Formats: sequence, structure tokens, C-alpha cells
Amino acid sequence: MASNLTELDAPAHTPAANAAASPDELRALEAGLDELQSEKTSARRDFSRVLLPLAAVVVLLLAWQLLVSLDLKRRDLVPGPLDVFASLGRLWAEGLVQESVRTSLQRGLAGFAVSVAVGTPLGLLLGQVKTLRRAFGPLISGLQVLPSVAWVPAAIIWFGLTDATAYFVVLMGAIPSIVNGMVAGIDQVPPQYRSVATVLGASRLELALQVILPASLPGYVAGLKQGWAFSWRSLMAAEIIAVGGTMGYGLGSLLDQGRTLSDMGIVMSAVLVILAVGILIELLVFGPVERHLLQRRGLLAGSTR
Amino acid sequence: MTVLLENLGKHFGNGPAVLEDVNASIGQGEFVALLGASGCGKSTLLNIIAGLERPSTGALEVPADGAAFMFQDAALYPWLTARGNVELALKLRGVGRATRRARAAELLELVHLDGAGEKRPHELSGGMRQRVALARALGQDRQLLLMDEPFAALDAITRDLLHEELERIWRETGRTIIFVTHNVREAVRLGQRVLLLSSRPGRVVSEWAVPAEAKADAGAAAALASHITTRLREEIRRHGK
Repeated sequence: MASNLTELDAPAHTPAANAAASPDELRALEAGLDELQSEKTSARRDFSRVLLPLAAVVVLLLAWQLLVSLDLKRRDLVPGPLDVFASLGRLWAEGLVQESVRTSLQRGLAGFAVSVAVGTPLGLLLGQVKTLRRAFGPLISGLQVLPSVAWVPAAIIWFGLTDATAYFVVLMGAIPSIVNGMVAGIDQVPPQYRSVATVLGASRLELALQVILPASLPGYVAGLKQGWAFSWRSLMAAEIIAVGGTMGYGLGSLLDQGRTLSDMGIVMSAVLVILAVGILIELLVFGPVERHLLQRRGLLAGSTR
Repeated sequence: MTVLLENLGKHFGNGPAVLEDVNASIGQGEFVALLGASGCGKSTLLNIIAGLERPSTGALEVPADGAAFMFQDAALYPWLTARGNVELALKLRGVGRATRRARAAELLELVHLDGAGEKRPHELSGGMRQRVALARALGQDRQLLLMDEPFAALDAITRDLLHEELERIWRETGRTIIFVTHNVREAVRLGQRVLLLSSRPGRVVSEWAVPAEAKADAGAAAALASHITTRLREEIRRHGK
């Protein structure tokens, strides 16, 4: 404390007012500090995102062709990529590929859209209302673990061989995933976001729509992605099992036709097309959406995305 | 009187009292620094004044329209731009879309961030984020502004600058500010009055006026700071038994 006293005794030729800058000086000072302290982010086109996966596919195809050319197995049981592409070309010329992709995608997307419309408000409600969460949370989690193919027999008994069967299975696969994703997203909202909203005078509904919903978006999108995967998978299973009746001709039906004819060319073509649709949806829809979402929030730095 | 606290007490559940018999009155347009060591219930007291928590005993008088609040962490919403964050405060207050935009621009201008409105929180430095948070708090347009150690996490250069900035804005807007801190020099630098809270339970044990002359004179300010520090240490020592 003694040193402070001597300072007091010394003539105060450096008054505190000396340090206080005029508003303009203050502004310039702040601008300099802001410039020093903020980081620059540069956005540039990155072709490795397209070229690397393509290269990976080419390498795999070459390995496959090489393995088949060793002639270790019968060609009609283990076709090479060239045989499969020839078979795919024939199916394309007949219009079967186009028809089955159209039917399946249409079912998948329509079912997914309905699932989103049902799952989102349900998730928001479950995430925000404790009683509902406690009551239905375990049930929804259980439904998510239950393979939705398990619903196919019931669906066939209830709806027969109609499109309703396919839709029912898709909904049972996607809705629990979407609800769970939303709830997980809400669980991860920092408590301070709520306090700020309360201080700013948000009502319960405003809190849910303006703060909780956008804050939980990364978890929600992850849930959507999983929901889509589940609905696409269960749709394929349903199409393989439920063939005929008024059901349209989907990718699952194509797969089943290949099995019935013991034509590995058709079977492998169908598998490749199903795979391709999955990859395209990820590359064109979920990938960019997720990347955009994370980038806006500054969560992308150092990630491998 | 803008804020009046009478025999205010607070305990959580059956736990010990966090605040006991707190008495204070804060006038319109005053800048009061609330000083105390950790565990003195400073934040609890602010939360009670803000209406986020209810006192267990005693009475308080606060402005009917509530208070604006600024946290230690800027707590900006990462999905909104700087301007969007300020606009949200206006939106939740029911300000129309067109006025909202103009008013947000004014507020950002006030904290010298007119060029950074379209930036997202992660692109801003800590000091800039706190200024956005200040602009958002001012956007609430409440007479009373509560600040809970808003500059504690900043580097010294930035904190210094924000002290001047806050003082300027306080003069320009005529707000009543209650500023919680555990930094004695910060309290003397900013407050017209410094209230010292004891710890466990929190209670106002001392009070100093910081006259304008003392602020302009580095020696007098240092003397007052050292005097307050001595008193604060006395308070802390009581718990060492």
C-alpha cells in the first residue's frame, strides 16, 4: 500500500483525463484494434471436393475389373464393371432405370416431406415441454431403433399391395429420426441463449421459433439426414417385399426382378443406381446445406468437411 | 429513485442465504459500480433486479418496463449477423420492420461498428462482440442497464478502450447503469458510486462516492482504489478462519 501513497504524494502531472481520447480518436483507435483482432476468412473454389471422390470411384472400379479378369469365379455369378455397365445400358434403353428411379424417388421424397412436416413440430414440442418429453421420449427413441422393415407385414395386411404400404413404411422410418434429431439439437442449445431471449422479452412462442429453432438447426439437419437415410432404406426393403398389385415399379422391384431372373447384371445395376441416388442426394442436398450452416456459425475451421 | 432495494434477501432451497438484508437506492441516470469478491451474490442480485429471479425476502422497486441486461459473455446468436442480433432485440420489443433496420444501423454506429453490421459473431473480435451486445442491450430501450462483468474476459487494451466507450455512451444516452465487477480499478474508473458487497451472505457493507475530480486525477483515483482494496481484503479475510 505504501507505494500507492508515494504515488499520491508525487505531483499528478499525468491526469487520467490525459488518456481519454476525443470521440474521433476513439473511433480510429477502435477501428485499428478491430482490424488487428478480427481474423480474415477467404472463400475459394475447392475442386478436391469433386475430384477426390471421382478418383476414389475410378480406383475401386479398376480394382474390381482386375479382380474379375483373374477369372476365379463364373462370370455370370461375379460380373465385372464392364458387364454391369452393359446391362445397365440395356435397362436404360428399355426405360426401366428411368421409370424405377422416378417411382422410388417420388415415393421417397413425398414420404420424407410428410415426415418433416410431422416430425418437426413434434420434435419442437417434445424438446420444449418436459412432461411430453418424459412421456414420449423413450418411445420415440425405441421406434428409431426398430427397423422400419418390421412394419412391412403389418402394412401389407392393412393397405394391401398399394403405394400406401410404401409410404407407411417410409414414415415409420423417418419420423422418429427427425424428432430425435430435433430433440438432440434442442438439448444442445446453450442455456444462455434462453436467458438472453428472456431478458429481451421473448414470449414462449417467440423463444421457440426465433431462438430455439435456429439454435438447434445443426442437430435438426443431422436428424433430417438420418431420417432420409432411414426412409430410403426402408423404401427399398418395402419395394423388394411388396411387389405387384397397384404398386408402381421402383428400384426395389428392379432388384427383385433381377433376383427372380437370376440375372446378376440387373441386380448389380440396381444396387449401383440405389447407391448413386444416395450419393447424389448427399452431395447435392445435405452436404451443401450442412456446410453452409456450419460455416455461417464459424464451426467449420479445422474440420475435414 | 430508479431502483430501490429494501432488506432484500435470497436463498436457494434450504441452502444458506446468498443475499441478506441488501439495502440500496440508485437514482435516475446514475452509474453505480457493484463490487465484490467471488461468491458475494453479485450476479444473483442483478438477476433479481432484472426480474430473472425472485427475492426470498424483502422488497424492491424497479422500473415497470424492466431492465436491459448485458452478460459477461456477449451471448450473441451465431446464426444472425451483428445487425441481425441488434434487430432481434428491436423485433422482440415490437418495433416494425422498416424502423428496425434504421434503428439497428444507428445503434451500431453508436458503438462504432457501422462497417461490421453484416459480419457474423465468429468473425468479430471479443471486444467487437461485446460492443454488439451493448448495442443490443441499448436496443431494448430501457432506462436501466444492468451489466454483469461485461469486460472481464477481454484483454487489457480492449477493456481500457471499452471503458471510455461505455462512459461516452452513458453520457450520450443518459441511462442508469448498474455495473457488476470484481475489479476495484474498473469500479473506480467507471462508477460515480461504488458499492461494496460482502460475501456469503452478500450485503452492502460500504459505499464510496467517486467525484469527477477524483476520476480526472490519477493520484486521487489510485488512492481511492487502494483504500477500497484494503476494505475488500478485510471482507475476504473474514472467511479465512
